[in-house]
Amino acid sequence: MTVLRRVALGTLILWLILPLVPLAIWSFAKGWRFPALLPNEFTLHAWHIALSDRTGALHSLGLTAAIATLTTLIAVLIGVPAGRALGQHRFRGKAAIQALILAPLIVPGIAVGLGLHAVFLRLGLTNSIPGVVLVHLIPSLPYMILVMTGIFATHDPAFEWQARSLGATPWQTFRHITLPAILPGVIVGALFCFLVSWSQYILTLLIGGGRVQTLPLLLFSFATSGRNDLTGAIALIYILPGILILVLTARYISGTHPALAGVSRT
Amino acid sequence: MTHRLRLFLMLAPAVAVIGLLFGGGLVFALMRSLNYMPVIGLHDPSFAAYHRVITNPDFLWSFLLTFHIAFTSTLIAALLALAAALLIRATRTGRGLVAFLFQLNLTVPHIVGAIGILYLFSQSGSFARLGYAAGLITRPADFPALVFDPAAIGIMLHYVWKEVPFIGLVILAQMQTIGTDHESTARTLGATPLQAFRHALLPLLLPGLTAASIIAFAFAFGAYEIPALLGASYPQALPVLAYRSFTDVDLASRPDAMAMAVIITCVSAALIWAYTRALRAMVRA
Repeated sequence: MTVLRRVALGTLILWLILPLVPLAIWSFAKGWRFPALLPNEFTLHAWHIALSDRTGALHSLGLTAAIATLTTLIAVLIGVPAGRALGQHRFRGKAAIQALILAPLIVPGIAVGLGLHAVFLRLGLTNSIPGVVLVHLIPSLPYMILVMTGIFATHDPAFEWQARSLGATPWQTFRHITLPAILPGVIVGALFCFLVSWSQYILTLLIGGGRVQTLPLLLFSFATSGRNDLTGAIALIYILPGILILVLTARYISGTHPALAGVSRT
Repeated sequence: MTHRLRLFLMLAPAVAVIGLLFGGGLVFALMRSLNYMPVIGLHDPSFAAYHRVITNPDFLWSFLLTFHIAFTSTLIAALLALAAALLIRATRTGRGLVAFLFQLNLTVPHIVGAIGILYLFSQSGSFARLGYAAGLITRPADFPALVFDPAAIGIMLHYVWKEVPFIGLVILAQMQTIGTDHESTARTLGATPLQAFRHALLPLLLPGLTAASIIAFAFAFGAYEIPALLGASYPQALPVLAYRSFTDVDLASRPDAMAMAVIITCVSAALIWAYTRALRAMVRA
């Protein structure tokens, strides 16, 4: 039984990393033809090209990061108050608002993006970074609101009343009472938003029109051009920030943190 | 400031952004699909685009294929995720590593996973090379077509890879809140381990498992880049077909693309309904 269990666990671990293995090997391979199991020669050639100006990977990296950061900032500013209203208050129409906020998590981007394209075209927002940031808000803002709803549902406003009755200004109360209590949730929500925007493909393609060449778009075109070595290198560059974020914030994302309650509950 | 005004100000930006962008996008797709756009002189709504789309065999094949991809991959992923979560709960060594790999997998964008599947399962990919080394095949064409194949196996392999960690993490979080008390009680009352799982644990996990599976299904049903990369040229997944109609040089096919967008939205609406029901069951549990 324990042997069987160990084999199962080993298979699971192997399967989880398996698709990333050929990407890593390809990025260092020199002419890795069928039927060689491993490349005959290893080289840093693909990495040199990927990190030079020739592929545009660095430009795309900066662009993708800028779009994801902007999207996240806006989502935090809009999502925190909305999460507070939904997490701490009962009011008429709350169920409808919650359904509206939930809907973009399930309705695919292509359905929304096809319709928005004509409107954005008229507003001059197609093929532009602001347009792409705006559409990235559609799938990422709901995550921010859901996480903050979960956080505020367990946050006791009595501390804030006490601070106010002791003479704190609204800003002081927010700065010293509310913010420290909700900060872990804000960080988790912001990371979700960042990663949702970072991974976005079809909305960027539809609204960016191929002009806003984020990393996933660049990666797709390399993957279909047959340059497996460059594709591997760019793919690794693309997943690195997500892994870094995960390692740096692992303590916030353990399954027990209240910030995840809102997400696992949804 | 009154209480109601404060609530309004807290919610207004979020409702405006989602209502205008998301709701607006859907409304425009609906109007365009009905060929009704007074601003550009289209005053007579008609169902012609829907008629064209629904009577087109390409669309029917696409719809069936997409449903098959989403349903089969989600079902397999849900079963594997349940098994994996039970396995992780029962083991000490290696569970931290699996939990970390689950989270790591969540951060990997879909397009990267899809390219990895391509390099693993294509006819000159890693598994074909292993097959050659084992003497099972003599040339790439002998290897079964697992990507670009009409049965969409490559696409489903990718979704299973991506959805097992997602559903697994939801189940693990639920197991943590449920604890083992129910099962222990069942065991002391004489239930076998299987009975304890079947009658004490599974009913409590089911709503969360259902909710996570619905999200996974909805994603697999509406995603574009994975079938665009790994799919066969015929039949195409519905989102790929919709995008190709939209970018067709013949502008007359745009209403058809919009009709497909509306049909995808209708499927999603049914999923939202099922999802909120699963959520309510979860709160009750």
